[in-house]
Amino acid sequence: MTAVLAPSAATVDAVGRARGRRSSRRRLVITVLSVLVVGVLAATLMVGRTFYPPGDVLRVVLGEQVPGASFTVGRLRLPRGVLAVVAGLSFGLAGVTFQTMLRNPLASPDVIGISSGASAAAVFGIVVLSLSGTAVSTLAVAAALGVALLIYGLAYRNGVAGSRLVLIGIGIGAMLTSVVNYVLTRAGQWDYQEALRWLTGSLNGTTWEAVLPALVALAVLAPVLLGQTRNLGALQLGDDTASALGVRVERTRLVAIVTAVGLVAFATAACGPIAFVSFLAGPIAARVVGPNGSLLVPAALVGALLVLVADLVGQFGLGTRFPVGVVTGVLGAPYLIYLIIRTNRAGGSL
Amino acid sequence: MSGTHSLVVEGLSLGYGERTVIEGLDLLVPPGRITAIVGANACGKSTLLRSMSRLLSPRAGHVLLDGREVHRTPAKELARTLGLLPQSPIAPEGITVGDLVGRGRHPHQGVFSRWSREDDAAVAAALEATQTTVLADRAVDELSGGQRQRVWIAMALAQQTDLLLLDEPTTFLDVAHQVEVLDLLTDLNRARGTTIVMVLHDLNLAARYADHLVAVAGGRVHASGEPGQVLTEDCVRAVFGLESRVIADPTSGRPLMLPLGRHHTQAPAGTA
Repeated sequence: MTAVLAPSAATVDAVGRARGRRSSRRRLVITVLSVLVVGVLAATLMVGRTFYPPGDVLRVVLGEQVPGASFTVGRLRLPRGVLAVVAGLSFGLAGVTFQTMLRNPLASPDVIGISSGASAAAVFGIVVLSLSGTAVSTLAVAAALGVALLIYGLAYRNGVAGSRLVLIGIGIGAMLTSVVNYVLTRAGQWDYQEALRWLTGSLNGTTWEAVLPALVALAVLAPVLLGQTRNLGALQLGDDTASALGVRVERTRLVAIVTAVGLVAFATAACGPIAFVSFLAGPIAARVVGPNGSLLVPAALVGALLVLVADLVGQFGLGTRFPVGVVTGVLGAPYLIYLIIRTNRAGGSL
Repeated sequence: MSGTHSLVVEGLSLGYGERTVIEGLDLLVPPGRITAIVGANACGKSTLLRSMSRLLSPRAGHVLLDGREVHRTPAKELARTLGLLPQSPIAPEGITVGDLVGRGRHPHQGVFSRWSREDDAAVAAALEATQTTVLADRAVDELSGGQRQRVWIAMALAQQTDLLLLDEPTTFLDVAHQVEVLDLLTDLNRARGTTIVMVLHDLNLAARYADHLVAVAGGRVHASGEPGQVLTEDCVRAVFGLESRVIADPTSGRPLMLPLGRHHTQAPAGTA
């Protein structure tokens, strides 16, 4: 106890080194994931019914006119690829934010009904109200926020317990999914592909008009959320501890919920609720990064990678073309079952 | 710098929903000393502690730190002077000891500011003080209960506050680890002059370790002062509704409370 006031230099160095190790592992993971995202995006631009070499693709991306490639790459593949990245980043970031904040891996927006809320509003807006573009996005955002507030309100009893919120959210999500189903059955002129967009998510027929709102939302909301990184880290220790560390708990939670819900809603309005991306990105990122600091950025990148790869597999890997949400759904469902079994064994509570 | 902050509670009323837990409570925390708050279950000890650290807003009355209302002080500013270790903090899965203790630096850091050597030094000092340096790279969930409690205290120390509030820092610990934690807090108080306020369940340990004992009953302070004056048979009866004998602890001279139940109230035949 003599060393209370001045620690030994050796310990200070050791603390610094351990911190350095943690952050360099995290930085390495972020770098590798970024390279993979760019790599797979490049691949999706080149591969298709016609193959275009990297040179052609690069020239199209830089705005040059290339016969054939300008249309196929510039008008078809590029918006699709960009939306895959934007939606993946949005879903991943929003998912890990919810999971971190509520300290529960099941508490991602796609499990607790927030994506379904956006989806139901979007499909209702398109089919019943004949809206399009920004109006659909606005409606989706409003509905998603409304659903988030509803779930939060119903789960509130002297504070919010993660498990109660998850159960209420699953119930609300089921109701909203049935709304989507009902609206789709009423709209006879819709084809199977378009219907699947609102059930599981799809990137088919993506246009720049659809990408733009989601892109702008990501550019505005992601920095706000990343600014909360440290507060969210403190919130992981429990509300009281976070508060004792000088975090304004309710304010942090409000900012995080509004921005994360906004990200999910804008992305959902563009491509539907791509199944389980929010849910999977965080836990995968946690596996790769380990306990080495914030998962926000890694989970966002994992989300982008998941959507890109799943879309590639859906288009070319399975014989028939499947929308991206079917592929991610097939990946996500077993993990959901695994989580529920594991929490059951661990003692019953979620 | 230490031992000079005044923490005063005036006419404080607290409650949850319809229920009032604390009503018109006054309390003066002696600076640079160890204060223990004792009382029956659900008497509002923890509620009082939470309100003293800004976690719960008062219905009436004030909590004043250096004459300034705690609930009007910016959160981060307060967290640089006043620390709190809640009853059941949560360790994220897999987090290492070093990382967890580092989270204590939160009130000293800006949103995007980088880690400084000063932060490292504070973490190192906290690890050394709690003798957890060797555990720094271990995962918190692998540790024993006693080790884990020392790590949480280390996190609170890394916050480098002159006042430290602890809500039952000895729960779930065996008697040896309870004593270890209380010794550590005493060391901290003596070496740094840190003002310590803790809620304790064990009356005898509270009387042994506290300079100032506060007995809470019926939402008010029933008695406060030196343990020898506060911990009496009358006090135990009034606060806990329990008959007891209070004798002098043969080693420390502090009061030692022996509870009397309905049985075992007579010395067995043949002795004294």
